[in-house]
Amino acid sequence: MKKGGLISLTTKGLFCRQGNFYIDPWLPVDNAVVTHAHADHAYRGSKNYLVAEEGESLARIRLDPESDISSQKYGKKTDINGVKVSFHPAGHILGSAQVRVEYKGEVWVISGDYKLTPDATCAAFEPVRCNYFITEATFGLPIYRWPPPKRVFAEISDWWRQNREQEKASVVFAYSLGKAQRVLNGVDRSIGPIFTHGAVERLTQAYRESGIDLPTTTYAGGVTNRKEFAGSLIVAPPSAQGSTWLRRFGRHSTGFASGWMLVRGARRQRAVDRGFVLSDHADWPELLMAIESAHAETVYVTHGFSEEVVRYLKETGVNAEPLKTKFIGDDSAEFEDEEGDRNR
Amino acid sequence: MKHFTELYVQLDQTTKTNEKVEAMRSYFERAEKHDASWALYFLSGRKPRQIVPSKKLREWSLELSGIPEWLFMESRDTVGDSAETMALLLPNNAQTHETPLHILVERELLPLRNSDELVQKAAVTEAWSKMNYSQRLVYNKLITGAFRVGVSQLLVMRALSQLSDLPTDVIAMRLMGDWTPTQEFFAELMNPVLETDETPIARPFPFHLAHQIDFAPANLGKISDWQAEWKWDGIRAQIIRRQDEVFIWSRGEDLMTERFPEIEKAARELPNGTVLDGEILPWLDGRVMPFTELQKRIGRKNLTATILSGIPVILQCYDLLEYEGRDIRSFEFKVRREFLEKTIAALEDQQTFRLTESVAAANWEDLATIREQSRALGVEGFMLKYRNAPYRVGRHRGDWWKWKIDPLTIDAVLIYAQKGSGKRSNLFTDYTFAVWKGEELVPFAKAYSGLTDAEIRKVDRFVRDNTIETFGPVRSVKPELVFELAFEAIQRSTRHKSGVAVRFPRISRRREDKLAKNADSLQTINEMLDAYQSAVI
Repeated sequence: MKKGGLISLTTKGLFCRQGNFYIDPWLPVDNAVVTHAHADHAYRGSKNYLVAEEGESLARIRLDPESDISSQKYGKKTDINGVKVSFHPAGHILGSAQVRVEYKGEVWVISGDYKLTPDATCAAFEPVRCNYFITEATFGLPIYRWPPPKRVFAEISDWWRQNREQEKASVVFAYSLGKAQRVLNGVDRSIGPIFTHGAVERLTQAYRESGIDLPTTTYAGGVTNRKEFAGSLIVAPPSAQGSTWLRRFGRHSTGFASGWMLVRGARRQRAVDRGFVLSDHADWPELLMAIESAHAETVYVTHGFSEEVVRYLKETGVNAEPLKTKFIGDDSAEFEDEEGDRNR
Repeated sequence: MKHFTELYVQLDQTTKTNEKVEAMRSYFERAEKHDASWALYFLSGRKPRQIVPSKKLREWSLELSGIPEWLFMESRDTVGDSAETMALLLPNNAQTHETPLHILVERELLPLRNSDELVQKAAVTEAWSKMNYSQRLVYNKLITGAFRVGVSQLLVMRALSQLSDLPTDVIAMRLMGDWTPTQEFFAELMNPVLETDETPIARPFPFHLAHQIDFAPANLGKISDWQAEWKWDGIRAQIIRRQDEVFIWSRGEDLMTERFPEIEKAARELPNGTVLDGEILPWLDGRVMPFTELQKRIGRKNLTATILSGIPVILQCYDLLEYEGRDIRSFEFKVRREFLEKTIAALEDQQTFRLTESVAAANWEDLATIREQSRALGVEGFMLKYRNAPYRVGRHRGDWWKWKIDPLTIDAVLIYAQKGSGKRSNLFTDYTFAVWKGEELVPFAKAYSGLTDAEIRKVDRFVRDNTIETFGPVRSVKPELVFELAFEAIQRSTRHKSGVAVRFPRISRRREDKLAKNADSLQTINEMLDAYQSAVI
């Protein structure tokens, strides 16, 4: 990483010395600017947090209640010791932001996790010009090209409908923050009742309170008559797969909503009946598009297929470097498990 | 092509056996017979000889997708399958190819084998341009000959059995050996009329396979109801003697007659209408040689005099399926055994066909004691066979059990990792393990299986976080994790850096209680080697 630049990589995370704040630190610090509420970006234990206003309620659920959390609207610039800090929509989940940092004409954009695919549950990704662009690469291989979400939602709805005809429940595993709400928003809500896992229900409520259009859901744990589950849709975090929690649903079919489901091997490894290709991360064409529209002189690539993306960018004449952070990318199976467990 | 692809997608979309069988039944019911015949050909794991070199296919797909070759290779490592990688990379297309499967295969694919490259390229790219993603995937798999979709032969047979109302073993019988996927073949396969004399003379019977015993053998009941035989480590074979001909079949349905001339010659002494089940073993001076010797022999195109005299083979005979021209599989094992003994005893050559020994013991404890000699004898333990059971089709629980000896184990350190294929693509699952030689770690064995999915994810995370160097698909990692490796046999080898080769290495467990420095050394392995020297040399 560039020496003496506005942003540097430390053992605690990305640091802005001039403004004395970290962006998405992975250890407790005094001042943390956070891109979004997923656990590998919103780490607990820091004193002060600054988040985008649209993501504040989620941050409050995910972070310690004692922490001092302040927020500001997308696009508004705050001055921290001469450093201008602003949030710009990243299109990843509700309230997710790219953090733009500017000092004496040097502009950095830390994009966190992002996608360009339209998503009715959050604001659309906004390209921001900068000198230095930090991008994720969770799906940084050309094999990853997402099908239109409309088609995927139709697949989920058809699957639910077929199961309902056979009086089977449909259990769809989706990451509890973001993906679950996206599934709820996109699925055909006229088919039947929808139940949720506790981890999903709480965050879904927060989405509703933020004005996101979601169908009525019922917390599955509160249902006493198990016959109600026949033919219904159940949205649960991936960690619920294979657990005894599923027994209550009787006969059911399982599905998994994730970008990884594009590849047959990953689908079989998950051992679900159906894989639905639905990701909150950029696919290969979107990554290249986002990088191009940033017009940065240097692109830093973190988590996922960072080495591959860097090599490709260099070969196509873009100045790029890998950046070793501790971000995981929430589509990663391992991370989802940890996430689900903590919320049980 | 359209219906066959839909079937492929259906089979791929479910993990439930009944749904798979139903999907196939319904496909075969609706499909045109010639198409059904080809579908069956592919579903039962058969493949045509290479039509287009995989390398060419990759070149053309790269050209169309506009990515560099290294990125293709990276993608392939993640996907774990070349045909699927190409389908994922080709430019999007929503069209559906309507050509029937048999026309596609017979008129468009097979003739390409003898065409020049330009013609091949034009045909393949033209076909791609007419296909959607799933069709391209299936098409690529047909060409690369890697058509696997998680259905076993048995499931295919069950679907056909449901459709035709014929028993599965009749279907199995009709499907064995070589056949050509024609309309007539499929019609004949489904023919409800059973005729005994229609059996082509080369056609083998389906093999009866055993399960590993997962409970104490004493639970099998009276020992006198069971026959114990040494379990040999060779090539399972069926020897057919009919109408003055000899056919030697492997379990994988390969015709191996020419590879084992000494067995073929000995079989000529058998009366017509005889079918033997047994194990082909490399055998010198009255004892079995290591399996690797047999592998050396199989690998050769020409069986030279040196090979024939250096690695001679015999057949351990353990069952008789046809006697005096009659299928006796429904007879009890003890009766078949009597006929088998009679058949072998009548031979002049008493060296090549050996009646497998029935090991007698008064009770299960005594048998367990005798079993301890296994390693010294060069066998894997016992086979336990129920004396009153018929000879069944396929892997069946209850009548035949493998009672193998516990494997040898070594604690070794993980030093290299590579991504797996298929179900394990995208995860580092293929490992190389090392043991100490003084201060140095020397690679000792590769192992792929034995960990649970959760453990695999942990190791995968470790590999990603602790990579020292990357060589192509292989990563060297910090030597920290220790695993217990199990294997069946050990022998000296000049081809391996450690000087030893092991058979069937697999991971038995992670040793979280051990530090890398406390893993085993070559010295321990050499001691092990000395102890079993007698068994393997």
